[in-house]
Amino acid sequence: MSTSPTDSLPLNSSEHIVIVRQAVRRRAIEMGFNLVDQTKIVTAASELARNTIQHGGGGHATIEVVSDGSRHGLRLAFEDQGPGIADIGLAMRDGYTTAGGLGLGLSGAKRLCNEFAITSTPGAGTRVVITRWK
Amino acid sequence: MERIPILKMGRFLLVSIQVDMHDQLAMQLQDDLTQRIADTGAHGVLIDISSLEIVDSFIGRMLGNIAAMSRVLDAQTVVVGMRPAVAITLVELGMSLSGVRTALNIEQGMDMLSASADTAAERGNVHVAN
Repeated sequence: MSTSPTDSLPLNSSEHIVIVRQAVRRRAIEMGFNLVDQTKIVTAASELARNTIQHGGGGHATIEVVSDGSRHGLRLAFEDQGPGIADIGLAMRDGYTTAGGLGLGLSGAKRLCNEFAITSTPGAGTRVVITRWK
Repeated sequence: MERIPILKMGRFLLVSIQVDMHDQLAMQLQDDLTQRIADTGAHGVLIDISSLEIVDSFIGRMLGNIAAMSRVLDAQTVVVGMRPAVAITLVELGMSLSGVRTALNIEQGMDMLSASADTAAERGNVHVAN
């Protein structure tokens, strides 16, 4: 697995979500993703970026291009040092919400990418990493 | 302060979202539209989203809220111009925008609004000049 240029972007306000969406879109276009795949990864990024702000109290996003030898992918990581998630299984369930939203952020973002990993430590923070392969 | 413009055209309000909205801007639009419906007594709201490159759960929820609030204020909402890639993504995300009427383009959306406003007017025995 090799990686190349990484962008790191802050996530502290709703304007930052727009900036992350635009940065992910730019990379997805550079990599030659088709329009539907661009739209999926940008939408997933938007959901996860909002989670980082609303649930994690802010943090940052990193965007990197990865390769496993035969294919290229776009990998996004969202990290915060917030309260963490006590029950990840519950948090991943469609419709489960603690912020008065629709509860589609995590579960929906997972459906929009090829790989999804979440690690969270109560009291220490949450990290979500998604990859969409081309 | 940055705002999405709301235009009044006859019995209807028109909104064309031309920018990548951040969440506060979306909330502001929801509030502004509800207020304008109440102020103008508009019978319908047409929201053009043909410029939107994504609709995530936040914007989807805003569209649903606008439709529900306008219904309570006796106005119909039609969302028009969703891009195919956005529709595919939205459904995969888990949102079907149930409760939100949609049309492919502005013309069809206006036809829908006119038809339902006319029906409502007839039901109320109010004369509507064409």
